[in-house]
Amino acid sequence: MRRYTLEIITVIVILVFTGLFINENAQIAASTQTGNTPWGGTDDRAAQAIQATGYEPWMNPVWQPPGSEIATLLFCLQASIGSLVIGYFFGYYRGKQSRD
Amino acid sequence: MEGFLPPFWCVFWFAVSLPFVAYGCYRLDRLVREERETLPLLAVAGAFVFVLSSLKLPSVVTGSSSHPTGTGLSAILFGPFLTSVIGLIVLLFQALLLAHGGLSTLGANVFSMGIAGPFVAYGIYRCGKAIRLNTFVTIFVAAAMADLVTYLVTSLQLALAFPAQSGGIVGAFVGFALIFAVTQVPLAIVEGVIIALTFKYIIQSRPDILVRLDVLSQEQVTKIREAFK
Repeated sequence: MRRYTLEIITVIVILVFTGLFINENAQIAASTQTGNTPWGGTDDRAAQAIQATGYEPWMNPVWQPPGSEIATLLFCLQASIGSLVIGYFFGYYRGKQSRD
Repeated sequence: MEGFLPPFWCVFWFAVSLPFVAYGCYRLDRLVREERETLPLLAVAGAFVFVLSSLKLPSVVTGSSSHPTGTGLSAILFGPFLTSVIGLIVLLFQALLLAHGGLSTLGANVFSMGIAGPFVAYGIYRCGKAIRLNTFVTIFVAAAMADLVTYLVTSLQLALAFPAQSGGIVGAFVGFALIFAVTQVPLAIVEGVIIALTFKYIIQSRPDILVRLDVLSQEQVTKIREAFK
């Protein structure tokens, strides 16, 4: 294995993933089908499938983010806190290594 | 999916998950007291679940979106029991602050994401190591399967609670798997690749901890570091 083999594979996989997404997105936009929300969450689709059988949920979320913008904000915060921790410790290890 | 699982199944999955999480807490306690150098790595593994499970990615196969799980890294490094504790923390965060997942379904979600997926990933990693498969290929497969199995188990959990009128549990399982698992395939591949790459950086920065956690042998570390020179 060469030095950057894994990085190259990762970039290729992400590019293919993005390319397929753009292609699929164009097809969805071109079709006039209005059934499902494009790129809707699988959990929502499963919920719809269950409610189609006549079942009603017996409990509601204790707290719901007021609006999708706030939900996006909270998801971003979650990701950024995680990234901060990852970056900090990799930096810590790397810094320690170069000092030794 | 709050309230979508009937009360019987909520209690059932809480009961199933509880012993795993309890043993995970015991292992966590021991790790914190006895292996303090590994804690930064535990934080990274936990943060990985945090980041990946917050991302809702579009899946080209079904035109819908879903979350990766990110549990593969921690399962390989620290084993499935500790991962179940991490899974519980992340799922609790999402249930309380994001109305995602849910408190009533917490037991079921901890089982699929924190226990079933990580167990499969850990099993695959150990087998791959035993038969001396390429480390990065093994990690890719293990991490991708942790993701995929999570959603297969979710489908099974829903199928058990909502058997189809024609086709019963199997029929319902196929239906839910078409929604969840098929969407997950491309996401699992991306997740597997990213975790394999992250692993390379861990090997490059702290191989001693990996040897200590018995994730890699000294001989493997030397070989891999030689390969990336």
